[in-house]
Formats: sequence, structure tokens, C-alpha cells
Amino acid sequence: MMLLHRRTLLRGVAAAILSPRLARAAVTDASGRAISIPEKVERVFAGGPPAAILLYTFAPDLLIGWTRSHDPAQCEFLGPGGCDKPEVGRLTGRGNTTNLEVLLKLKPDLILDVGTINDTYVTLATRVQEQTGILYALLDGRFGAIGPLYRKMGELTHRQAQADDFALYAESTIATIKGRVDKIPEQSRPCVYYGRGPRGLETGLGGSINVETIEFLDARNVAAERRGGMATVSVEQVLAWNPDVIITIEPAFAAAVKADPVWAAVKAVRNGRVHLSPRLPFAWVDFPPSVNRLIGLWWLAKALYPEQFPEDLRPLTREFYTRFYHKTPTDAQIDSLLSGRA
Amino acid sequence: MAVASAVLVAGLLLALMVGRYPVSFAELFGVIAGKLTGHAPAVPSAVENVVWQVRGPRVASAALVGAALAIAGTAFQGLFRNPLVSPDILGASSGAALGAVLGIYFSLGVFAIQAFAFVGGLVAVAAVYVIGGAVRARDPILVLVLTGVVIGALLGAGVGMVKYLADPYGQLPAMTFWLLGSLASIGARDIAPLGVPVALGTLLLLALRWRLNVMSLPDEEARALGLPTGPLRVAIVAAATLVTSASVATAGVIGWVGLVVPHIARTLVGPDFGRLIPATALLGGGFLLLIDTLARTVSAVEIPLGILTALVGTPFFIWLLASVSKTWS
Repeated sequence: MMLLHRRTLLRGVAAAILSPRLARAAVTDASGRAISIPEKVERVFAGGPPAAILLYTFAPDLLIGWTRSHDPAQCEFLGPGGCDKPEVGRLTGRGNTTNLEVLLKLKPDLILDVGTINDTYVTLATRVQEQTGILYALLDGRFGAIGPLYRKMGELTHRQAQADDFALYAESTIATIKGRVDKIPEQSRPCVYYGRGPRGLETGLGGSINVETIEFLDARNVAAERRGGMATVSVEQVLAWNPDVIITIEPAFAAAVKADPVWAAVKAVRNGRVHLSPRLPFAWVDFPPSVNRLIGLWWLAKALYPEQFPEDLRPLTREFYTRFYHKTPTDAQIDSLLSGRA
Repeated sequence: MAVASAVLVAGLLLALMVGRYPVSFAELFGVIAGKLTGHAPAVPSAVENVVWQVRGPRVASAALVGAALAIAGTAFQGLFRNPLVSPDILGASSGAALGAVLGIYFSLGVFAIQAFAFVGGLVAVAAVYVIGGAVRARDPILVLVLTGVVIGALLGAGVGMVKYLADPYGQLPAMTFWLLGSLASIGARDIAPLGVPVALGTLLLLALRWRLNVMSLPDEEARALGLPTGPLRVAIVAAATLVTSASVATAGVIGWVGLVVPHIARTLVGPDFGRLIPATALLGGGFLLLIDTLARTVSAVEIPLGILTALVGTPFFIWLLASVSKTWS
């Protein structure tokens, strides 16, 4: 009787001592997997460019390294942690370049990946977690879900208050812009052609991630008659579509299209509504498909609906860059950014 | 031959009539008549623009590229005495592909990408020829083919490396689309850089057509008949490479045309190069014209030419293999 009591007592004491260490917060990631986060999260490995950008904006000290190192033009707009971290390769997405052993040597507390949630990525996450023993969180990178994305990041890194800040900023920006766009009647929504590639003939079909922010603003993507990813079209097809606005991130194409006799007949070119997106440090439209597109939403709204969005982009840009990229750009830098010279 | 030319011209006109941009027959007729008579046609300028700046150059390029690849295939099949030879045998396509992806990797302009591709093709074949020539062997043709295969593989690995290092969001899709082959971006400015090398190469091959007949014999016999086989080989390879590089630089990598069309032409007109070269040119031009018309009209998005030629060429080639043994001797 006494022996049993003692064993029970010992077991109870052991449980009491060990339980604080075992009691980790359990967070569910976007794929439905429960991740038990340790108390201290100090090193996070970003599995791809969207995750790296996201992590850098809200917790640059946690980021172990970038997937690709940045060129000097990009470094001018990035604050501390932008260009002084090592290049660690990408773990997932289109082509992985990280060696798993290198990953282990870096000793991350958590691997973070932001993007599409489908079986390929979920199984990859499970496999990497099994192989390396490092927790792997997979989050949904859809543009409309930026608020919840930041909040989830806050839960994962124990920085909920900080994350809430960013989430509120993102949600209020989106709400303001969407609120005004929703009031615009259907007929006034412009037909948009998004052109990329050296000749501007690559485009995003309906629902593709390339045109996510454009379609988010309820503009009519001329290529949306088919749903899918990216595709090439011929100039003839663009002429047949005759878009009202052309959006591009390719400076060579933006310059050439204004002088090319072939494109001259397109409505957008005739009316001067060819818009080149700012590109530094990350493009404001299309890729990388991360929170860098948030400031691009203002820019797109102005390009598509100039009357409803009379705001000056410069203070908005300054605020966004200071908050998200941790460096306040000078007026000259903002001007060169917005003019497309950057 | 006259019938074939008439068919090709009819094909060109037909191709001009179809497309994603609505152009009626009357409008097309008006535009062409306007150009011929010098009066301004009574059609909207947008339609005129489409016909002369967009569809016209594209249709002309399709015919030119098809003819070029077919002629190169014919020349190589005769030179190497092998029915399975295509214009890529000496690595011209791989070299051009490497040049183009390097151009895309360094974010160069469109003209620079095409120039890189053109030069890449020429340099690759030159390298193959120099290396192959340095090897002393009894059968220089075999050595050339083997070197071509090896260098082609090396260049292919180079292309893979550049694709691996490229930015997966921006540069890699551009490289992938280029490598699949497309005439979607052809404008009036691209006709000259394509047409001049193709014309030069074709004229050279036409001038050598009688000698090509003799080159189909084994080397010793050809030399016994008085032919300088060494210099002739250089000339034929140079002409065919010029033509191939220009085509690949303009349209990307398009296979099967150079392999299948010479066989069809041989079935129709026999192995004499005097008639074979023009026949192949007409047939190749018509074939690629048809393929390109399909590629640009079937749906709103472009179907890459390389894919369509393979889809059409493969069953045809199997049929060819199964049904004929008499065309090749």
C-alpha cells in the first residue's frame, strides 16, 4: 500500500516537473496540421521567397536568410536584415535548391512556407518535418487573406501584438480600396491586359496568381476567358481583345509598346494607359506573390480607376516602405520608384 | 513544281484570312488591292495594321522557317547518308537554345536574344566541326555525327544549368516558352534577319545540288569522281547551319519538320537533289504554315509550335516507317 502510494506520488511529482517543458502552444497551420510551437522561437527558415518577404516585414531578426541574395538596387530600399543575411536557397515551390543537411546545420526552430495549399506542398511539409525533425508550418498566401496570415505568423512566433499591427494595416488598406471599388458600376470596370516577358506576350489566365491583385480589384482580365496559369498569346489576339489598360512589370516592353506600330492600334496604347509597375525592392504586381503587392494595390487602383483614387501615392509609399521594409526612402527615391525609372 | 508553288501561295492567302482578329475576305482583298494599286484601301487602319504588321509577317515567317528547316534536313540527310538525321544533328539547335536562354538570363532585349541564339548555333556547329576534324578516322562522317551528339548533349546540360540558376518567377517561364517554339511575337522587323541567312543558305545549297547527289555516295567513290569532299562538306554544313540557326533564333526549337518533310518530298519527286531541294522547301513551308495557323487560331492562347509538330509528325513518321522501304536506298 505504501509502495503504491509512493510510486503514484513520484509519478505525480515527475509530471509536475516535466509538464511546463512539454506544454507547448499548439497552432494549426493552413494545411490543418497541428504544430506545437516551442516557447522560444528565435530562428525561422523561410522556405520560399513569399515566406522570406513576409517574415522580413514583421520580424526581420527571426529570418535566417533569403532564398536569393538581392542586387544593390534592391538593397537601397531594404533596411537592416535586407542584405546582410546569407543566401540559403529555397526549400519548395518551383525547384528546390536547399540541401537538407545545410538546413539542419542552420538549426532553425521553425520552417515557414507561404503559398498555395495543395497535396504536393502538404506532403512535402510532412516529409521534411519527419526527415529533419524541424517543425514545418505551411500558410495560405492568398492576397485576400493577408490579415489572417499575419495573425497566424504572430501565433507561430509568439509576437501576436506586433502581428496584429500589420494585420490591421493590411486589412484597413484592403477594406478602404475594396469599399470604393465595390461602388463602381459594372460598365465602368476596365478591360485589362497584363503583359510580361520580353515581348509582353506572356499573360496570366483567369484565376492565375500572376493577375491575382488585378482580378482582386474586379477589373476584367481580357485573358480570363480561359482559366489557368500563365500562357503566351499573339499580338493579334491582344488586338482582338483591345484592352483599355495594359499593366506590365517589364520596362523594355513598356518602352517598346509605345513606339511599336503593331501595338499602336490597341486602345490602351492610344489613350496612354500603359502602366509600368514599380519594381524595387520587389515588384508591386505579380511576383514574388507576397505582401509586396499590398502597396501595389493602391498603385493598381489608381491605374484602373483614376477618378475614384485621387490619392498621392508618395506618402502611402513612404509609410509602407518604412513599416514593411524598415527603411524610409528619400523623396528622390520615391519619385524614381513611381516613375518606373528605378 | 508549278502546282506545288500554286498550292503554297493559295495556302498563304488562306492563312492570311484566318486568325483571332476578325478580318473578312473582302477586307483582306481590299488591303492587298490597295497595296498593289497604291491607293489607300477602304478598310479600318486597325485591319490594315493586322494584315501587314502582324499576320502577314507571321505567315511569311512560318513559310520561311518551315522551308529552311526542311532544306537543312534534306541536305544533312544526303550528306550523312542517314534517314534519321535532322538539322539538330550537329548541335545547331542546342547551341541556339543556349544562346537564347543566356540572353534571357541576362535580361537582354529581344534583338540581343535572337542574335545570341543565332551566334550560338553557328558557334556550336563550328566547334563540332573543328573537334570532329581534329580526330583522324577513316570515316569522317561518323566522327562528325558522334561529335555532334556529344556537343549537343553538353550544350543541353548548359541549358539545364541556366534554367536552374534562373529566377523561377520571371526568367524561367520566358525560357520555357522560348524553348517550346513559337512565332507569336513576329513583326515586320524580324523578316529581314530571318530571310537573309535563309536565302543565302538556300542559294548555296541550290548551287551545290548536283554535287550533293554525288556526295550521297561513299567518300572514296565521291573523291574518285573528282569531288573535293572536304571543302564541299564544309560548304554544305555551313549553308545548312546558317539556315537552321536563323530559324531557331527566330522561332525557337521546332523539331520534326527537318526530319519528316524530306522523306515526304523524296516519295513525291525522287532522290535527285535538283528537284528535291525546291520540293522540300515548298512542302516544308506549307507544313509549318498549316501548323502555325492551327497554333494561333485554335484557342485564345498560343499552342507552342514544337508541341504541335511533334503531335503531327510522330504518327506520320510511324506510318512512314511502317509503309515504305523503297524511298530510301
